[in-house]
Amino acid sequence: MPKVNVKLKVNGDPYEVAVNPSGTLVEVLREDLHLTGTKIGCQTGDCGACTVLVNGKSVCSCLTLAVEAQEKEIITIEGVGLSYDKLHPIQEAFINEGAIQCGYCTPGMVLSAKHLLDKNPNPSELQIRQALSGNLCRCTGYARIVKAIEVAGEKMKNPVKEK
Amino acid sequence: MSIPKFTYLAPKTLKEALIMRASHGSKSSIMAGGTDLLIKMGLRTLQPEFVIGLNSVPEIDYITLRPGGELAIGPMAKLSAVVEDAEVEKNFPALSEAASVTATVQIRNMGTLIGNICNASPSADNATPLMIYDTKVVIIRSDGERVVPIEEFFKGPGKSVLETGELVKEFLIPIPEKSTGSNYQKVSTRSKVDIAGICVSALLTLNNDGTVSKARIALGAVAPKPIRVVKAEKILTGKTPTKELFNDAAKIAREEASPISDMRASAEYRKAMVEVLTRRALDASLAAATKKKN
Repeated sequence: MPKVNVKLKVNGDPYEVAVNPSGTLVEVLREDLHLTGTKIGCQTGDCGACTVLVNGKSVCSCLTLAVEAQEKEIITIEGVGLSYDKLHPIQEAFINEGAIQCGYCTPGMVLSAKHLLDKNPNPSELQIRQALSGNLCRCTGYARIVKAIEVAGEKMKNPVKEK
Repeated sequence: MSIPKFTYLAPKTLKEALIMRASHGSKSSIMAGGTDLLIKMGLRTLQPEFVIGLNSVPEIDYITLRPGGELAIGPMAKLSAVVEDAEVEKNFPALSEAASVTATVQIRNMGTLIGNICNASPSADNATPLMIYDTKVVIIRSDGERVVPIEEFFKGPGKSVLETGELVKEFLIPIPEKSTGSNYQKVSTRSKVDIAGICVSALLTLNNDGTVSKARIALGAVAPKPIRVVKAEKILTGKTPTKELFNDAAKIAREEASPISDMRASAEYRKAMVEVLTRRALDASLAAATKKKN
């Protein structure tokens, strides 16, 4: 099966790669673009480790064909931060609230949180939990993750000006 | 679990997709959101040589009111768009609710309503709401189109009336009369994300004197395909709603269900829950219809 040329826009940067038509977005992100922050988990759309944003919507990159991600704005965990060395408030809150253990689910969790907070800056605890229904964590136990998203939401609403 | 190799075809119109489908036949699969198809391909239960992606067909991602009072839903309309649509929420609350509990946020952002139905799973969350609203399925093939009522669409687990050279162009759902209430109920083992163990939708339209002018009850995950309980609908029609009447209708629903036991629930539990959920769905439908009538 011949490869096809695919133009992707990831974290604002344009890429052109030759991919197998059966190549999923997560495979291309990790193996061709070397953006290994996005994880491969269940590959059946249950665990959310591969979550990225496509045109602002959270999707499972393991169930997205790279050929179908063309001409769309893709955001991965590498592009969430405000700059190269400045973390996003969601990332900071995950660290400060101890919402990370092994870290495998974290990139997906952060992107699901961003998907939620971009639409709804004042989510209730229930809304946060519903927004994370497609992200499984097997070690921290969710409570700290939910707390981190609450803290991040507050911070995003009232950014503290730095000197 | 990599996906086996295939040739990806990107039609620019539905007509072009039909031509591709006609020429490649059963060696091809149509892909909308891909959330079911790619999993089946990864598991090797389906190995098409050609995948016909509807992703690049423009203007088929719509939910729109048509003159004459029908809501039209296109083949690339995502489940999340169904959840967020104000017309769906206002006129078809059971569909809005069912779509909102289908799978997870990510899957709803990718998967389409029409794809969920074309898979013809007996437990598809959105099948029973579409049935109580008398949805019409518009099916096209290269030489014409036909319209199938949704309750005739399903043939069995994974099987529908769709033939190889056909695809679903859209759903048309008539806006219910004003004094109509409807409701969706679901039981599953692991909160609402999980595939439904049992799901029930009901709809009641009331006359001015409070009697039932129209009743619909549909059951999911308790038979080889989603089913309407016409027998129960008949005993409700023309009557004044009472607790006893709803109990009788719920008992009929229980008798009409022919569930299997599987990892999600036992057949006995499913039968018992059909009765409970039917009663709950009728109670909620009556409350909503009464509120709208007054």
